[in-house]
Amino acid sequence: MRSLVPVAALLALSTLPTVAPAADDVASLRAELQALKSDYDTRVDALETRIKQLETANSAAADAAAALATAPPAPEPAPAAPKSGGASAFNPAISLILGGTYAYSSRDPADYHLGGFVPSAGEVGPGERSFNLGESELTFAASIDPYFSGQLTAAINGENEIEVEEAFFRTTALHDGLTVKGGRFFSGFGYLNEVHAHAWDFVDQPLVYQALFGGQYKQNGLQVKWLAPTDLFLEFGAELGNGDGFPATRLERNGFNGATLFTHAGGDIGDYTSWRAGASWLTQRAEYRSGGIDDPAGVPLFDSFTGDSDTWVVDGVLKWAPSPRRQLKVQGEYLSRHETGSIFDAAGGLLADDYRTTQSGWYLQSVYQFAPRWRAGLRYDSLDGSAPEYTLAPPGLADTGPDRVSLMLDWNPSEFSRLRAQYDRDNARDDGERDRILRLQYIYGIGAHGAHKY
Amino acid sequence: MKNPIRLVSILLAVAGCLPAHAALKVLATTADWGSLTTELGGDHVNVYVATTALQDVHRVEAKPSLVARARSADLVVATGAELEIGWLPVLIQESGNAHIQRGAPGYFEATDALRLLEVPSQVDRSMGDIHPLGNPHVQLDPHNIQQVAHALTARLTQIDPAGAVYYATRARDFDARWDAAIKAWEAKGARLRGVPVVIMHRDQAYLCHWLGLTELASIEPKPGVPPTAAYLGTLVGKLTTTPAKLILLNAYNDPKAADWLSERLHTPSVVLPFSVGGSPAAKDLFGLYDDTLNKLLAALK
Repeated sequence: MRSLVPVAALLALSTLPTVAPAADDVASLRAELQALKSDYDTRVDALETRIKQLETANSAAADAAAALATAPPAPEPAPAAPKSGGASAFNPAISLILGGTYAYSSRDPADYHLGGFVPSAGEVGPGERSFNLGESELTFAASIDPYFSGQLTAAINGENEIEVEEAFFRTTALHDGLTVKGGRFFSGFGYLNEVHAHAWDFVDQPLVYQALFGGQYKQNGLQVKWLAPTDLFLEFGAELGNGDGFPATRLERNGFNGATLFTHAGGDIGDYTSWRAGASWLTQRAEYRSGGIDDPAGVPLFDSFTGDSDTWVVDGVLKWAPSPRRQLKVQGEYLSRHETGSIFDAAGGLLADDYRTTQSGWYLQSVYQFAPRWRAGLRYDSLDGSAPEYTLAPPGLADTGPDRVSLMLDWNPSEFSRLRAQYDRDNARDDGERDRILRLQYIYGIGAHGAHKY
Repeated sequence: MKNPIRLVSILLAVAGCLPAHAALKVLATTADWGSLTTELGGDHVNVYVATTALQDVHRVEAKPSLVARARSADLVVATGAELEIGWLPVLIQESGNAHIQRGAPGYFEATDALRLLEVPSQVDRSMGDIHPLGNPHVQLDPHNIQQVAHALTARLTQIDPAGAVYYATRARDFDARWDAAIKAWEAKGARLRGVPVVIMHRDQAYLCHWLGLTELASIEPKPGVPPTAAYLGTLVGKLTTTPAKLILLNAYNDPKAADWLSERLHTPSVVLPFSVGGSPAAKDLFGLYDDTLNKLLAALK
């Protein structure tokens, strides 16, 4: 019963204040009320303390508001009128590269090949003699929406063919250093593979890129890159693709062919020097990839290859720029490929199922900007064309060692034009007779100002 | 019973005074914006400056170290008007950082707050390295700095609302000091009004505009185009009939042509810091203007 008394008291206080309680309960009620009152006092004290705390906080907020009210006014709206309007306002940035060469070579370019290497079906050799139209590179690029950007680079070559060099989307809304790229793109391994032709420091790619990738490796696929949250530049990348590019072949099946893993680190040394170095690994599969290695008589040993191809790449670049008018750039890469599998003759007959090769190559180049508009460069290329090994290999298969020395001088009247001369002493065929090659080149850029990667 | 409450309230009060998080990471493209961000952000910001005053900001490499800084930046403070077009887009694209993408609050362009000089009505690259959106070398007019400071304060507050009071207080303080400094500089620089000068590149246009210097000629025949001997010859002819009092040069410029001209015409050439860090005295924005005016006035004597 006693437990009900406070409830009754409360009811009396709140809803029936005028009802007179029973006389004998008055004393106990009074005692209860007293107890309640002291209880409430404690609570009210606690509440008052809290209110005081809140008031302190509020006055701080009021101070903040007052400070903001007297703070400098918000910026005026941008005074500039929109640069263009209507349907053209969202046009992508368009840039066009014009390029061409005049070539002299002491040996017939038609029989140019890299001695001891399977043909890579790409851009190998100095090209034809006399005047040549290079690739005209047309690039469209823009943000797609707040989440993606897109780019297309089409190359129109001198033979009137259009090739989609790159066409990809890239994420712009991911956090924590993540970027995803999809479509067709130059693989991110090494240093030179991602660089477009107009930004090369020499007319052509190093021999090792020509031998192992036909110039540059690209495929249709997906790339994920992650940048570590460190002051040291540290990126990790992985790619999957359809394998539609030498040394892989496109497979007639679902799934992918060709995985690439790469990592790069980079930073500064003092105020004037910066560097980047990396290591990459590519694994691919080829099925009935046409093209074989020639025997000493010039006859192909086999017609096609089916098997696995793994490539390691180590790259490094160092730039020293002591003034806006002088810069030294040193770069080098080492690439090594191991292939195992089966080889077939022209009729598709199996020649060997224990075919294996390990071939490699490297280059080291340096370009020095010695005056505001002038740059000079020196490059050395070397390939190690070790002969393949298999049970029925003919005797007398020799290792090869093509190499080349290139000298370059270019004049850059502005950021948008470049005139270049390059002289090569080229021993790519590795047959004892050097090819002397001289090329004069022009590269012009029109349209949107491109931004170049490191 | 009251002690724990008191302890909690003291802790709350202390926490309210301290930044509740790490300092904002800011990547500034030039030392000028770096200096301004530090003025406004104090110890609430951690500023990394991408370039030095001895570099040509038109031509900067998208170095790996800068990509790494862009990756962790909460805010990029750039000049804009396509000054950094050759490298900043690469940093942002490679950063994998959604906060600093163009259009996000973490991407700030100073020129958005300004009315630019020399907005061309027509652009063609035959005219040299012209900037289609107007002259982006805005840092040498102190009134520009003030407007950018207002916009930047608003942006800092937007990104870091917890620091609103702090930024507002610092902004008021900077504004007052900058106002006083402008008055002093303008009084000091009154002597320079109407003084005929030869400039190197269009990047001195705002300075001339502010101080009322009269630009007679530019050593670059067109923006970004180095002078030829023939052009310098005609310049000598022109300046012999209408002589200049000073030849203005920036710390990062190649002094050859200016020196040659200076010797020929017996006109002093002045190397101005141009940007924070461009001279030992130009340690911050105040130093930049002090030193610029001191050098101009010293050369005029």
